[in-house]
Amino acid sequence: MLTLTHILLLATALFCISVAGIFINRKNVIVLLMCIELMLLAVNMNFIAFSHFNQDITGQVFVFFILTVAAAESAIGLAILVVLFRNHDSINVEDMGSMKG
Amino acid sequence: MESDRVIVVPRCLLRIINKKMFELIVFYIFAALLLTSAVMVITMRNPVHAALSLILAFFSSAAIWLLLEAEFLAIVLVLVYVGAVMVLFLFVIMMLDINLAKIREGFIRFLPVGFLVALVMVIVMGSIVGSGIIEPLLEERVYYGPGFSNTQHLGQTLYTDYLYPFEIAGAILLVAIIAAISLTMRARRDTKAQDPNRQVAVKRSDRVRLVSMKTEDR
Repeated sequence: MLTLTHILLLATALFCISVAGIFINRKNVIVLLMCIELMLLAVNMNFIAFSHFNQDITGQVFVFFILTVAAAESAIGLAILVVLFRNHDSINVEDMGSMKG
Repeated sequence: MESDRVIVVPRCLLRIINKKMFELIVFYIFAALLLTSAVMVITMRNPVHAALSLILAFFSSAAIWLLLEAEFLAIVLVLVYVGAVMVLFLFVIMMLDINLAKIREGFIRFLPVGFLVALVMVIVMGSIVGSGIIEPLLEERVYYGPGFSNTQHLGQTLYTDYLYPFEIAGAILLVAIIAAISLTMRARRDTKAQDPNRQVAVKRSDRVRLVSMKTEDR
């Protein structure tokens, strides 16, 4: 039968995959943003699992807020990305050294 | 009516699978789908394919959330994330002309590092989580059942106990709208837009120049 441990292990694996993705795709900002979305998904999965197994709706309220903030974050991140591409003609992380002293 | 429902399942299968085992099978199917699509997100060569795999990941985790009786959030995940955020991602990816070869340069070099970090994290976190030390507070798992409205319950909590955080969330979305618009909006120089303010303020001396010249001979 499905237990809390099953869901927690799944969320752990998902979180670790997205951390590996951040290490692997160091140059591509778009995939970095997608990895952050995956991390937030793993965290939300934990919240919902605890909410279900403890019969407490508060976990789902928090997931609601995380979804809101994540949507705002990705919208602003993509806007920054568009402006960056317009100015630099690339989205390579290595090209972003203009603030370096 | 329970008797009206017709489900075609072989009788031999029914004997083996009871309700809880069926739940576990559904969980394993969607967990496998979720992890596969997550690996595809981080390894795909083309960002468009990565975004499409991320959509699959969102769908399969929405299915798992449905299994955990979080129906409203599962639907919101599909509507808001797949319907809005991922479409935004795809728009941006297709709008930018990305040099794929340059972006993939360090992929092989960073692959062992990323794999090692992920492995260490899986071992450390998995050994804690997998040991079963984290247990729910309830002795036995309780289901809300089919007659219960998750949306109503969530709404009642959200609009009473969490009213002020909810309004702050709305303010955050407003800030995000304004920030995204003000970041990407730029004044184009080549447009032929009219400025009524300057049109009204114009004077005769700006436009008409009187030149006195001699009359020409016939």
